[in-house]
This record gives sequence, structure tokens and C-alpha cells, in this order.
Amino acid sequence: MGNVPTTVKHCLSYKQIIEEYPWFRSWLQEEKIITKDDCPEFVKIVEVGPRDGLQNEKEIVPTRVKIQLIDMLSTTGLSVIEATSFVSSKWVPQMADHTDVVKGIQRVPQVQYPVLTPNIQGFQDAVAAGATEVVVFGSASETFSRRNINCSISESMLRFEEVISAAKDRQIPVRGYVSCALGCPYEGHIEPSQVAEVAKKLYEMGCYEISLGDTIGVGTPGSMFKMLQKVMKEVPISALAVHCHDTYGQALPNILTALQMGVSVVDSAVAGLGGCPYAQGSSGNVSTEDVLYMLHGMGIETGVNLDKVIETGDFICNALGRRTNSKVAQARSMAL
Amino acid sequence: MAAAMRLVNRTTLTLRMGQQYMSFRSAPKEKTACVKAAHALPQTVKIVEVGPRDGLQNEKTVVPTEAKINLINMLSESGLPVIEATSFVSPKWVPQMADQVEVMKGISKKPGVSYPVLTPNLKGFQAALKAGASEVAIFGAASELFSKKNINCSVEESLQRFEEVMKAAKEAAVPVRGYVSCVVGCPYEGQVAPEKVAHVAKCLYSMGCYEISLGDTIGVGTPGSMTKMLEAVTKEVPVSALAVHCHDTYGQALANILIALQMGISVVDSSVAGLGGCPYAHGASGNVATEDVVYMLHGLGIETGVDLAKLMDAGAFICRTINRKTSSKVAQATCKL
Repeated sequence: MGNVPTTVKHCLSYKQIIEEYPWFRSWLQEEKIITKDDCPEFVKIVEVGPRDGLQNEKEIVPTRVKIQLIDMLSTTGLSVIEATSFVSSKWVPQMADHTDVVKGIQRVPQVQYPVLTPNIQGFQDAVAAGATEVVVFGSASETFSRRNINCSISESMLRFEEVISAAKDRQIPVRGYVSCALGCPYEGHIEPSQVAEVAKKLYEMGCYEISLGDTIGVGTPGSMFKMLQKVMKEVPISALAVHCHDTYGQALPNILTALQMGVSVVDSAVAGLGGCPYAQGSSGNVSTEDVLYMLHGMGIETGVNLDKVIETGDFICNALGRRTNSKVAQARSMAL
Repeated sequence: MAAAMRLVNRTTLTLRMGQQYMSFRSAPKEKTACVKAAHALPQTVKIVEVGPRDGLQNEKTVVPTEAKINLINMLSESGLPVIEATSFVSPKWVPQMADQVEVMKGISKKPGVSYPVLTPNLKGFQAALKAGASEVAIFGAASELFSKKNINCSVEESLQRFEEVMKAAKEAAVPVRGYVSCVVGCPYEGQVAPEKVAHVAKCLYSMGCYEISLGDTIGVGTPGSMTKMLEAVTKEVPVSALAVHCHDTYGQALANILIALQMGISVVDSSVAGLGGCPYAHGASGNVATEDVVYMLHGLGIETGVDLAKLMDAGAFICRTINRKTSSKVAQATCKL
């Protein structure tokens, strides 16, 4: 019969076959990973500007500005906007107004407003404030975990299990992050298998989506490919997202690589808000505007209006007294 | 195997095959750039460093000759195989390149490194040869309006001018590199047809250019438009004779370069420190930074022969000299841990 997996893949809609005949998966898994060549038709953008972006800005942003930012983003077509973080204000003063922000925003139907909840305390505060989706934040690097959240990876997983269990009781979806997916500021190189292990754990615990973060932006299409190959063996592609930092200018080619491998969820921040805390003065998050420009140029739908995002970026940059990191926004404002 | 296949509902299969077939035919929007991520990439990429010419030409500050020579010498030491040194255009049009002869005579030419110079016409070619140039470059456009506004003649007229240069270059056994600008967009015409790009590229190649560099002059290209353009051009010119010259005005350069590599291109133009802003969007960035390109290529396991540290030294030097911040993100990222 020749190469059955390839034959099956080319003749049939194998995704549907796998759903109905799960045992096909292991036959096709290897083939699918190596020969998958379909960019998604639709990409969901997860806007992290109000949380990940502002968290890494030096100036404390007034609550009303944060609320206005989120409200403006809500009108752009974005379907997920990470609103704030229920961490202790002692650690992250920028997010001290988390309750006021969650209560103050004008929620648009069909838009999700996930919030970070590092532990059960944060989760309970988030729910009390009205949050309907939460996020937990793991790391592929032991040292980063200890320095960032003061505990080992396995200890952090125990904390998340509590949160996820409580979330399940209330039918609140949980998103999982894996930081240092392509490199760690302390450990340097991170093995793809380390990333896969943490991603698998979070997925099995009940996270509906795992966002793989290149925390210090050192990744390249080479390391992105290797890491995703490993992770995709443990977590379905449809449950994966990429969170690329642009510190070394590699974010867009890394995102392109992920798309070519079938990933269809991309995290980004309006105006590229949020520098890199590990490389002072360098950029951090990739700009939503630049990501949208690339996706739309590739014929990929996002449901997001680029002009409205640029407008929102202008607003927050004015409020912060800083220049946008988005090249698209810069070019548009300066074009003859 | 046969038994396994029989387990699958044949009716369902037929329906699904039909659907699958339909979805290939009637995709509402053409998705492009869906090349396999695992596509074989070139093992080696030749970087053509355009900082001293394309870069400095678009910088406001006129750079002293000594600094230009020093820059080129530092770049020679970094392992770059091709460094575009200067331009033999009239100083009336491009004052930055007025010291063209001094630069050519002043640089320490490293064996094995090429130092092409721009020659828009026969006069420029003759002056270049006299100054010691051993490779030249000619500059065509895929857009009529751009050609008229930039070099004051139509595309066809410019190709005729180049014929003269090509003839003289053949006689002198001097290799000629051809540029096509506005390959995925024009500041005046907007969209540019891939077929037009292919036509101009083919003309230059047929005339005798050994390599054709396809330039996204205003940086508007995306992996989508790059793919369409390259598909058209590779039908007319062998991929081994093609290069990409991507601008980073909209942040798309590295993604566009990656797509080009996946399509078999193995020559990439870039500019140290991302020198050279965009003359059509003042204040916006232009050339892609060589450091960022090299970082990506090395991360992909692709050889370039370039020493990134030495390259960054050259970038730091020229930025100090012209008192501007580097546009290279790699150069900006200094981990303070």
C-alpha cells in the first residue's frame, strides 16, 4: 500500500478522521509534524498590552487610562484582551488597581478579558472582581521559576492545580503560559523537552490553551521549529499559542514559522508596549500592528481592524509620553 | 493495512474527499506563504552588505571620507564577502557619494571580498573603472513612475542605458549585478504586478547581469506578496541568480527574508546597523540591519562566514560617527544580567 499515513493525509481530511478514530493519531503524528504545510486561515490574536505590556513600563499608568486603553481595544475586533494581573501589588505595583480595572471596563460581548492569577488567593480576588477567565504562568526554566515566582517548577504546578481545580468548579476557563520557551536569562539554552514537559502538564491539568513564550526574545525560526516539534507531540496544535518577544528583532519570522507549523493563536501587544526587563532599553513584546500587517498581507483573517489598533496605540503612547515600538504605526504616521 | 482502511466509512470518505477537493478550489482568499516550515533551507547564505552605499546614501549627515573608508575596512574584517562601496552617480544628485573616487582608492581591499559600485550609465562606469572598481551594479525599477521620478526616464529607456554599461563591462571582463526596485510596491503606483518585476529581472539577466537583487524599496511587502512575486520571477530567472533586498519600514524584512530562503534564495542584502532611513517615509526605518539578519541565519544553522561581534563593532563605529542610534535590535539588546 506504500506509505499509508501519507496517502491518508493527502486524500482525506485527516483532522476529522483523527477525531473519529483516535488511534490513527499515533500513525499520523510523525508525518503530520514533518509535512504540515498549511498556514491557518484564521489567527486569533491575544492582546497582552494592558497586562504584559503595561507591567513592563516604568511609569505607573492611571487606572482610568488603563480602562480607556482596554475599552478602545475592545472596539478593534480583538477577541481576547488580557486585562490585568491579580498578583500582590508589593511585587507588581503597576497592577495594584486590578480590581478597579476589571470592574471599570466596558465588557464587549464575545470578547474575553483573561487575568493573571498566580495562586488561589489571586484567583479568588479575580472572581470576586468579576473575572470570567484566568491565566496561570509556568516556566520551562527552574532558575527562572525560582527567581520570578519564588518556587520550583513542580511547586508552581501544585499552586496551579489549586487554581485550576477552583476554576473548574466555577466553569472558568484557564489559559497556561510557559515562559523561557526558547531561552532563559539565567540558564541560557532550554531543551525543547523541558518546554514540552511543562506544556503537557499544564494542558493535562486542564488549561484550554498553552502560550509558549520567548521571554527574552532570543529565539530564531531554527529554535522555534525545534521547540514546537517537541511540544506538538504532547499538546494538540489547536491548543497552542506563541508569545514572541522582539528583543532581537526575530518575533515576526518566529511567528511565521509557528504559523507554517499550524499554530493559529498569537500573543502581541499594541504599540509593542513593554520593554524587556532582562535587557534594559531593549524592546519586548512584538507589536500587534506589525503582526496584523503580516497576517493580513498573507491573506489570513484575524477579525481585527488595523487602523483602530494604530489609533489605540497612538492613544496609549501619548498617555505614556513615549514613542510606539510598532514599525507599521511609525511608517503610517510618517508616510508622504 | 487494507483491513484498517475498510474500517473507515467509505461514504464518509467520499463526502470528505469531495469537501477537501472543494476547499482547495474555492478558497475565498488565497493564502500565500504557506511554504513548509521544514523546507530545506540553503546551507550557506551570501550577505551583500550595502551599508556604505545604500545605507549612507540615505543618511542626512554627510560622512567624512576617512570614516567611510574605515567603515568599509572594518566590514571587510568581519567576514562579509560583498561590500557595496560607493556610487558613481553625479555628486549633484547624491552629494553623499561625491568622494567616490577617494573611497575606492582609499579602502584596503581584502582578497576574496568584492567591492561593487553603482554605475547608472556609461560615464559612471568609466569613472568607476578608472578608480579601480572590479565589479559594478545597475539599478532598474519595476515601476514606470518610480523610474521616471528616480532616474528621469522610463523603464525601457533605463534598460537601453544599461545595455551600454553591460557592453563595456563585458569588454573589460567586469561582472555586473542588477537591482530591481519596487518589487512588491511603489510609493507612486502602489501595487506592482509580479509579471512586471519578472520582465525587468529577466531583461537584466539576459543582458548579462550575474545576479539580480529584488528590492522592496518601501518595505511594504509581506510574506504574502513576496511569495507571489518570487513565484513569478523564478519562472524567468534561475533562483541561484536571485537576491532579496528587503526594507524594514513595516517591520516585515526578516519574515520576508525567511520566505525567500524557503523558496531557494541564498543571497541577502542588508545594511550594518540598519543604516539608511526610508526616503519615502521620513523618520521611518529603511534597510534591514545586517546584525539582525546574521542572528537569524546563524540561529537557523546557516553559514554566512560573518563574525557577528566584529560586525557589531563596525555598526557601533558608524553610529558613533554619525551620532545616531543603531537600528539593529541585536545591537540594542545588551543583557545586563
